[in-house]
Amino acid sequence: MSERVNFHFEIDGENFTSAGEASVRIKKHLRDMGFSPDTIRRVSVAMYEGEINMVIHANGGSADVDVYVDRIEITLADKGPGISNIELAMQEGYSTAPDNIRSLGFGAGMGLPNMKRYTDNMKIESEVGKGTTIYMTVNV
Amino acid sequence: MSSYKHSVTLDVSKCKGCTNCIKRCPTEAIRVRDGHAIIKEDKCIDCGECIRVCPYQAKKAIFDKFEDFADYKYKIALPAPALYGQFEELDDVDYILTALLECGFDAVFEVSRAAELVTEYTRRYMKREGIEKPVISSACPAIVRLIALRFPYLADNLLPLVPPIEYAAMLARKEALEAHPELNDDDICVMFLSPCPAKISYVKNPLGVKKSAVTGSLAINDFYFKIRAKRKEIKTPLQLSKTGIIGLNWAGTGGEATSLFSDRYLAADGIENCIHVLDEIENGTIHNLEFVELNACNGGCVGGTLNVENPYIAKARLRSLRKYLPISRNHPQSEAPLPEDIFLDDFDKILSGVGKSALSEDRMMAIAKMSEVESIYKALPHLDCGSCGAPNCHALAEDIIKGEADEGDCLIKLRENYGKRD
Repeated sequence: MSERVNFHFEIDGENFTSAGEASVRIKKHLRDMGFSPDTIRRVSVAMYEGEINMVIHANGGSADVDVYVDRIEITLADKGPGISNIELAMQEGYSTAPDNIRSLGFGAGMGLPNMKRYTDNMKIESEVGKGTTIYMTVNV
Repeated sequence: MSSYKHSVTLDVSKCKGCTNCIKRCPTEAIRVRDGHAIIKEDKCIDCGECIRVCPYQAKKAIFDKFEDFADYKYKIALPAPALYGQFEELDDVDYILTALLECGFDAVFEVSRAAELVTEYTRRYMKREGIEKPVISSACPAIVRLIALRFPYLADNLLPLVPPIEYAAMLARKEALEAHPELNDDDICVMFLSPCPAKISYVKNPLGVKKSAVTGSLAINDFYFKIRAKRKEIKTPLQLSKTGIIGLNWAGTGGEATSLFSDRYLAADGIENCIHVLDEIENGTIHNLEFVELNACNGGCVGGTLNVENPYIAKARLRSLRKYLPISRNHPQSEAPLPEDIFLDDFDKILSGVGKSALSEDRMMAIAKMSEVESIYKALPHLDCGSCGAPNCHALAEDIIKGEADEGDCLIKLRENYGKRD
């Protein structure tokens, strides 16, 4: 039962306009493996929010998606500024996004809450000045 | 899906095996094998991009000829509004409709008339409680098939109403039977004048109706010269057109969406733009939208590959044609806000292909195969050059696992290995 496939993505922090590409690619792969539309949607939304977060706050990072028969694990790791108060960051509407990003419609403070909502399990490890790693699981 | 009858096809004798079409196909449905292209039928959405891009006219649409229907007692022409944009210095649609009668049709029924009714019904449908928003137009068959294959989650958002082409055929038959009680339904042939291969495919594979009321499809660019010749002979046209501004506007992008009188709409065209929009809708990143109109062709139906004229020129002509026309000339007669015959049934069928994996029916097998695909992909040059016959390196890796190709097809790798041997 240990079949697994890993997809690794480098999220380019310099290129805001390409943020969200990894989410689109993972969607195609999951479709090719026959996952249900609902599962695909949950994974791609969580991925999308994570990608955007890493580009806005951490100058990019990496995303790993591990696909198992019964679950999909997403690991997002960055070397950004870290999150000083995770509880606060998890609150809907709380955002530290700069104004230029808000003018694009981002920065509504829904990124992390959405990631939690769309996944079955989410864990944040963060150290100020070092970076953040987020683990998410979507059960199939 | 194997029983799906496509209208986009390949003339092998003309195909040189270049890579133009494989790179352009939005669903990665084309491969070059043994020196010529092949179309993977289960992936093709009949959008016609390959017809547009093929330098050798090897890709073409299969369409019917007027003569094929000689046996029918009563022939009705169903002109798409895009047709009117194909003619220069036209100031009245009636010239074209009269010319169609001169070409041998017994009656004409403008698709734009049905479009005005579908518009009114869509407005009413949008007011219903509990429907998935944004509602996505189901008028472009290439988009409907794209959603079925690639965005099945959005199938519930599709407008479940009969598209104008179908509704026009239904009404045209009804009108004919009322005017000529001596006719049987079997005596009537309804021929659609199509601007694109996708609508021809729709007629052969209707969705949500058991059998299309349209009998066959003529290609606008094939029948154009006949109409053109007849038009020149007409001194005073008959008063046949019953279309207003809204109906004519359906020929171009935004026509359908703007007629709903809500500014919370999105109208996009071009297949790549449409895919991008669908991705964003699926991710839930576009908010407060009521209606989404997507057209696979640039400019909308005037951009279909079976037209004669450039889409923007056609659009400009339609703009002057619609001048001084009433807003809409077709209004629902029925008492019910939404009559039963306007709804598509068994629309769920669109989801029938979902959950079936491209790699394997069994999830564990699919993951194992995908894992192999990834390791093969890692070893490929990632140039996406297309010289192996697949549109990109990932597609080649998938083909290798499916047993349809092997690593030797990659010319870059072949060259590397050749160098090593020396």
